[in-house]
Amino acid sequence: MIYDVSHLTKVFGRGRHQVRAVDDVSFELEEGQITTIVGESGSGKSTVARMLLGLLPITSGTLTFRGKDVTHLRDRAEYWRQVQAVFQDPFSSFNQFFTVGKLLNRSMKLVGKEAGQQRLEESLGHVGMDLEVLDRYPHQLSGGQRQRVMIARALMMRPALLIADEATSMLDASLRVNILNVLTDLRDSLGMTVLFITHDIGQACYLADRVLVMEHGKMVEQGPTDEVIFSPRHAYTKRLLADVPKLHSALELEQP
Amino acid sequence: MGTLVDARNIRGVYYTGAKDVVAVDDVSIRVEEGEVLGLAGESGSGKTTLGSIISLIARPPLHVEQGTLEIDGKVQELGGDARIPRTWRGSVVSMLPQGAMNSISPTKRVRHLVWDVMRSHDRRISKEVALDRARERITALGLPVRVLDAYPHQLSGGMKQRVVTIISTLLNPRLLVADEPTSALDVSSQKILIEMLLEMLDQKFMSGVIFVTHDLPVLRTVATKIAVMYQGRVVESGPTQLMVDRPQHPYTKALMSSVLTPEPKYSKIRIEGMSGFDRTSFDAPAVIHS
Ligand SMILES: Nc1ncnc2c1ncn2[C@@H]1O[C@H](COP(=O)(O)OP(=O)(O)OP(=O)(O)O)[C@@H](O)[C@H]1O
Ligand SMILES: Nc1ncnc2c1ncn2[C@@H]1O[C@H](COP(=O)(O)OP(=O)(O)OP(=O)(O)O)[C@@H](O)[C@H]1O
Ligand SMILES: [Mg+2]
Ligand SMILES: [Mg+2]
Repeated sequence: MIYDVSHLTKVFGRGRHQVRAVDDVSFELEEGQITTIVGESGSGKSTVARMLLGLLPITSGTLTFRGKDVTHLRDRAEYWRQVQAVFQDPFSSFNQFFTVGKLLNRSMKLVGKEAGQQRLEESLGHVGMDLEVLDRYPHQLSGGQRQRVMIARALMMRPALLIADEATSMLDASLRVNILNVLTDLRDSLGMTVLFITHDIGQACYLADRVLVMEHGKMVEQGPTDEVIFSPRHAYTKRLLADVPKLHSALELEQP
Repeated sequence: MGTLVDARNIRGVYYTGAKDVVAVDDVSIRVEEGEVLGLAGESGSGKTTLGSIISLIARPPLHVEQGTLEIDGKVQELGGDARIPRTWRGSVVSMLPQGAMNSISPTKRVRHLVWDVMRSHDRRISKEVALDRARERITALGLPVRVLDAYPHQLSGGMKQRVVTIISTLLNPRLLVADEPTSALDVSSQKILIEMLLEMLDQKFMSGVIFVTHDLPVLRTVATKIAVMYQGRVVESGPTQLMVDRPQHPYTKALMSSVLTPEPKYSKIRIEGMSGFDRTSFDAPAVIHS
């Protein structure tokens, strides 16, 4: 086990305007596994991610990373080297005045000069981009291109834990599969642990070793992918799965 | 019913100083009255650019070098320094921008944004009327009414996305260009949003929608026709069922075969996606089904 989340709670606001965004949530992340969180919009998925990253004060609960209590960690430099994030919104998480090259340069420095350049090329390759993108400014990129730069930046660090919040929502189906394949490859070759937040059950099914389901701030179901997706127990999970649109009515496409 | 929008031979280029980027390369699309046209395609293929040109909000560095737009029989030249009537924007064509989360002003409460949009269109409208319309649609989308009083950062990704949908349809535009309106939504909320859009078409609040998305299963449920873009061109377009079940163009085939749905086999097999195809085959001529 690499991460232990115990009784995590987040309450926003107070009095009448109080929102219990995350309500007594507990789960573990197994090292070298891909865990996904699915659940309805507003159920608290991003709030969980932000607390794990130390970007949001915790109302109550404890976080343990590699046996160490990180709930109220002060100096996070080393932690963030091991725990990387790709955020839900690729439009706001960029400094608009930096070229992509400059943006990635920082991660490159952390990795070290020689290895850095190689990692840079490798990571851009992982997300289907070439070096030409380095001279561009974020506003010169399409939504999916920005999202891919974010993923490349996180992968460059070869984190022990990658937290990806709707990280592939703006990618076309073929590119998306490629990136999911990269994540499984890195899990297998480097033992990378991934917490992958998505509303897309299809992606969760393809990618995940374990699935966690959230509803209204609570974790209502968790377990191995096959169990949660193909024999769900909680009423909410069942409802969520029933609503998933299918691409094909009857006809199946043959694989090339 | 007739044709609502006929966009012809559109070419959009970003003048970047260094190398020009031809983002939309001679694209023609048509939306019939009451129809939803789904626009899918590779990331970076020009969907957002095309949407902004059709919504008449293209600004430098994007230049429309060529193209015409016909709405309700009125023809508008788009190329060069053609003048576009102010009244067309927002109320004739409205664009629901991609990355909704960032497009709403962070310092204003939602109720303030609603009021701004309504007032910009109709100076005499009362605050109550404006907010009533917003409240009605907020409820219809399954959102709590408290979002009216919230600042954008207090909303989750999917909540913001629905708020932007509400704001961009407040004026009941003839054509709505919705750029990834459901990318941050869970399936149940997606369904509600789509039902609202279809309902608005049914009620004739709007007359047509261009729905840009990477989510092909969603398109199957909502679109009448689908157009697929690759590198600035439409490589294939036609009726939804045909596009999904019997795609002809190599790129469309690659795209459709990469869609992941929750079926037992997908948790076992590996799908090769883009890397399983020969990219040069995607340069094949376009296939346009009528
Ligand atoms: N800064 C904040 N202040 C007040 N409420 C907040 C704040 N951030 C989030 N919330 C509320 O917390 C709840 C959970 O939000 P969160 O962003 O975690 O949801 P989510 O599961 O990521 O949803 P989505 O799938 O739509 O992104 C929502 O009701 C939201 O309005
Ligand atoms: N301001 C700009 N300057 C230069 N190039 C740009 C600019 N904006 C977009 N581009 C380029 O134009 C092309 C088309 O971009 P567009 O945003 O239309 O793609 P898209 O199909 O919407 O992609 P996505 O699905 O990723 O959102 C891309 O290659 C992009 O890098
Ligand atoms: Mg979220
Ligand atoms: Mg786009």
